[in-house]
Amino acid sequence: MSLDTRQIQPTKPTSPGGVDGALAPGRVLQDRYEIMGILGLGGMSAVYQARDRRFPGVMKLCAVKEMKSHSLDPQMRQIAIQNFEREANILATLSHPAIPKVYDYFSEEARSYLVMEFIEGRDLEAVLSEMTGFLPQEQVLEWAIQLCDVLQFLHDHNPAIIFRDMKPSNIMLDKHGRLRLIDFGIAKNFQPGQKGTMIGTEGYSPPEQYRGIADQRTDIYALGATLHHVLTRQDPRVEPPFSFHERPIQGANPAVTSEYAQAIMRALEYEPDRRWPSAEEMKRALTTLRPASVSHYGARATAHIDSGEVQPLWTFACEDEIRSAPALGDGVVYVCSYDHNLYALNSTTGKFLWKYATDGGIAGSPCVSEDRVIIGSDDRIVSCVNAQTGRITWTCPTQGRVRSSPRAQYGHIFFGSDDRRLYAVNLQSGRVSWKVEADGPVRSSVAIGDDLLYFGDEAGSIYCLDIRGTIKWRYSTKRAVTSSPVFCQELQIVVVGSQDGTVYGLDAQSGWVVWRFRTGKAVISSPCEADGAIYIGSADTNIYALEAKTGRQIWKYATDGQVNSSPAVANGSLYVGSVDGMVYSIDVKTGTLRWRLHTNGPVISSPIIEDDVVFIGSNDRLVYALPI
Amino acid sequence: MPAAEISQSASQSRVRQLQVGHVSDVGLVRPHNEDASLIVESVFEGDQAAETVGLFVVADGMGGHQAGEVASALAARIVAGSLMQEVYIPYLRQATHQADQLPLTEALQQAVEAANQAVHEQVPGSGTTLTCALVLNARAYLAHVGDSRAYLYYNQELKQITRDHSYVDKLVELGQISVEAAAVHPQRNVLYRAVGQGDQLEIDIHLLDLPPGSRLLLCSDGLWGMLADSIIQAVLASARSPQDACQELIAAANEAGGRDNITAVVIERVGK
Repeated sequence: MSLDTRQIQPTKPTSPGGVDGALAPGRVLQDRYEIMGILGLGGMSAVYQARDRRFPGVMKLCAVKEMKSHSLDPQMRQIAIQNFEREANILATLSHPAIPKVYDYFSEEARSYLVMEFIEGRDLEAVLSEMTGFLPQEQVLEWAIQLCDVLQFLHDHNPAIIFRDMKPSNIMLDKHGRLRLIDFGIAKNFQPGQKGTMIGTEGYSPPEQYRGIADQRTDIYALGATLHHVLTRQDPRVEPPFSFHERPIQGANPAVTSEYAQAIMRALEYEPDRRWPSAEEMKRALTTLRPASVSHYGARATAHIDSGEVQPLWTFACEDEIRSAPALGDGVVYVCSYDHNLYALNSTTGKFLWKYATDGGIAGSPCVSEDRVIIGSDDRIVSCVNAQTGRITWTCPTQGRVRSSPRAQYGHIFFGSDDRRLYAVNLQSGRVSWKVEADGPVRSSVAIGDDLLYFGDEAGSIYCLDIRGTIKWRYSTKRAVTSSPVFCQELQIVVVGSQDGTVYGLDAQSGWVVWRFRTGKAVISSPCEADGAIYIGSADTNIYALEAKTGRQIWKYATDGQVNSSPAVANGSLYVGSVDGMVYSIDVKTGTLRWRLHTNGPVISSPIIEDDVVFIGSNDRLVYALPI
Repeated sequence: MPAAEISQSASQSRVRQLQVGHVSDVGLVRPHNEDASLIVESVFEGDQAAETVGLFVVADGMGGHQAGEVASALAARIVAGSLMQEVYIPYLRQATHQADQLPLTEALQQAVEAANQAVHEQVPGSGTTLTCALVLNARAYLAHVGDSRAYLYYNQELKQITRDHSYVDKLVELGQISVEAAAVHPQRNVLYRAVGQGDQLEIDIHLLDLPPGSRLLLCSDGLWGMLADSIIQAVLASARSPQDACQELIAAANEAGGRDNITAVVIERVGK
């Protein structure tokens, strides 16, 4: 059992059953503490925000932790209550600026309560996830010194208190910029060698903790792991265990000085004897690294976050906005513009080769197959032209604007139209082989995998068809599906975004929803898959990296505008545009910015990459060729 | 009857897609069986559809005074109950293809979290492993905590799907000790993750294809701890039926010493 003083909502949703028995807002305990809401809810405890009514004139807030023991065995229950009481007593005697104060302890209606200081702020994990780039070394150094100080205080206590669970999510940054430790796991009893022994937190805990051993140096290791995480932004929970020495701090974050990195690495030694012998000594070593003045974090932080701009290899000006991804074929870039034209440009020089004019704006991307280029236009027609000359081969009329990008496979072209149909057209003849009725306009483009086709419609459905056009399954989201699905071969799932704000992972064979990920706003961006991760933008301004298997967020990167562009990945970097006018290059592993390019209009167009060159358009009418 | 007619009549009748075997045995040394297992199998035929939904759970409890068997049994029931409610009932009601349906990975997560909470509250001081497979036609979705295992046998190959959440497994992963040393390591039973530990349980999720002819094995450490992978593979390759496979595996584990409780569930996707 532990005394967690967590002050924020845990990230994991609790099952509906877990809320049972929770105190309702408005409930008053001891005629004094008025419950205002739940701060955190776990298996063994609930933490509430409460108001102390003995201070009638002011809003004095506190955190009330409730111990839940639903054990049927009265003896077990008694032991649990005694443990809770003993821990409350220890915590109540501790007085340190980084440890939350305990105000009161009582039992009421067979439940035990601990009243503590309410800490307003965010934990370091949240701080990390909400920022881009690296925290300045000086700031993290000050934090390290503060944390050494509180560990020294705990370790010098008689008897010594081992915190056992140091990690970013257990450290709050309060509104005054001070660090506070929460989640005191001080009463965790280890039973060495017995099945059922648990450690603190995987990734941060040292090797000996797995053997049930925890002393002062256990906390020093976990502190080292925490600092390593904060400085490198590499989450040790997803890295190989005890692999810090294979991931030097400066390898990820070159701005960190060698002396500082060495001091942290010493805390992370595999053998406890080779670590700092005490928090006090570590603190002393860190204090000598303090720069003369530590007052200008801000300037340094901006310098890190704002990476250098990139110089285009060439640009080409169309007459109107470019809203879709260019396509590539045989040394030629094909670009569709809202000026009604399809342009063919030399991909090395950007030199104009030819253009083909339609009678409407072109919102979709061109499709290159063999020696043909196929485009759909707002003039309701799909046209197929010769890739070398731009001369017309065939046209296929539909009853609505064509905003879906054509896709070629099986000697056919597949595309959707605002006439609510998906078409399969013979690539050679331009004759319609079949069409399928959808519930709404089809602006999403088809994904093809293992002889099945996947697409969405503006009525919110996602469809799976076999190659004869028979609907195999359909899945209903709550808003339009303009995003184009991606098929993940290895996992056999289809991933697509919806304007209901959610990214869906669906079983490719059955259409069962495997996972979903909610963003803050409509998802118009189409996902891209690389190495088991899904990358996708949202109108909530973020670019997200998700685990393809579970849909869990790996990182997110905030831009200053909606991200309706669809990312592309090459050589460990992601490229995507934003309505803020920028093209971003982001490291796919860490989610940190590599460079960005400023264009003069929103970037809705999506990148395409070949031979270390990124091609992308902007609403400033330009096509950009950028070096990777 | 002419051959052509036979093949035609065969194509009109459908063979059951899954065959399941199951044995749980106390072993030769332990006084109680602390393993729990649970199997739910549903076959649906109608309206041109043929669907199979299966739910398979293996849990291996730990903790003194018989708390282990209480924990494993409770966890198995809670997980199955939760998945029935969140997945199976919506499936029967044809409500699965809507945006408000709980995704499978979340349903699994929620089910194991509910078990974690229940064990933590009702059987304090105990814990249990939990390996659970939700099979929907040709796909399996696994949730896993602890050191029970899932293996997939297909095409003459045995693949271990799950990763043990045990201390020695970490050491092997790190290259600190060999697989052979791990098998006899004094702390080989120490887990760093188990259902019942309370807050913030991390649950491994796996997505798996079950090709025709494949066999999925869920087992407690009383089985894999006694038998080399090569023996498990040989039994899964040769056994006539999934039930025979389970019986042969348990017999082999007992022959090797039967030091722990042994549970095996074998799910075969029928086909070539």
